[in-house]
Amino acid sequence: MTGARTLEPLAAYALALGDDALILAQRLGEWVARAPQIEEDVALANIALDLLGQARTLLAYAGQVEGAGRGEDDLAYLRDDRDFRNVQLVEIPNGDFAVTMARLLVFSAYQYELYTALQDSGDPALAGLAGKAVKEVAYHRDHATQWVLRLGDGTEESHARMQAGLDQIWPYTEELFDPASDLPDVGVDPATLRPAWAGYVTAVLTEATCRQPEPAWRSRGGRDGLHTEHLGHLLAEMQHLHRSHPGATW
Amino acid sequence: MNNNEPNGPGVRSWPLWEVFVRARRGLAHQHVGSLHAPDAAMALRNARDVYTRRGEGVSIWVVPSAAIVASSPDEKDSFFDPAADKVYRHPTFYDVPEGAKHL
Repeated sequence: MTGARTLEPLAAYALALGDDALILAQRLGEWVARAPQIEEDVALANIALDLLGQARTLLAYAGQVEGAGRGEDDLAYLRDDRDFRNVQLVEIPNGDFAVTMARLLVFSAYQYELYTALQDSGDPALAGLAGKAVKEVAYHRDHATQWVLRLGDGTEESHARMQAGLDQIWPYTEELFDPASDLPDVGVDPATLRPAWAGYVTAVLTEATCRQPEPAWRSRGGRDGLHTEHLGHLLAEMQHLHRSHPGATW
Repeated sequence: MNNNEPNGPGVRSWPLWEVFVRARRGLAHQHVGSLHAPDAAMALRNARDVYTRRGEGVSIWVVPSAAIVASSPDEKDSFFDPAADKVYRHPTFYDVPEGAKHL
């Protein structure tokens, strides 16, 4: 089976966006039955399912553009970690609830700007997906915002945890805006999303009385298939059923 | 243990909210259930997730459960029984014209 490294730009782009959504959906799904309240279980599962829907569309499209007969399941379940194109931000472990909300805030704020811009793409499939997904991620962004405000501007304990959550995920935010080396002309240059993203996130952090972290290092390489040790463990759990029972349905 | 700690000492729970959903324009909001949330804004968002996931509504109200004043089961007899023998309150004394259908 050929790796993602040989994909042409449009397929690789759809795969990158789809992998971001797929991996974060899997992470958020880990919260089910573990969230602070059953209502939050439902909210996080809803967000995960929105992301899974986006991933299915994007992976199916990537497979179609590739033209090698790989469907969404093949791409989700039969690639190894070096062939995944997601940013490292979405694969790192959930941490506590504040870490999860910090990540959801910065990622959904990024996705909101991305899909807003992608609605004007010259590629009808990408533009169509973006038009549907932008409403979903607007809600994800709002959900994360509500929690960051409440935890950041809450008790001494919740503020400390919120700040620690932001500090933990911040080194991974820069990667969202790295230029895609093989950006197709119908894609969105992520660097152009940064001002609007920073405007939104900074306003939330300020209102939440949190400090914007200034990390001494930054992650690199997710788009090139370089991942943290955590992705392999996530994939083992996500893929084992399909690999043990190929084509299993229920 | 006080009322704010129903799960035990030191374990605080979020307050309860009653949820009302309007299925579509022109209909009244209907009570659909209740949920926990730390405040009104989160209650509205939780209600959206718990009760309108399948396109059930176009409008949601949330009301603190503590704000509901309910009739007491003990007062059921005095509240409701007197209506039982007032047959004249029911529109059963009208002659139905010949040919009127769908009544």
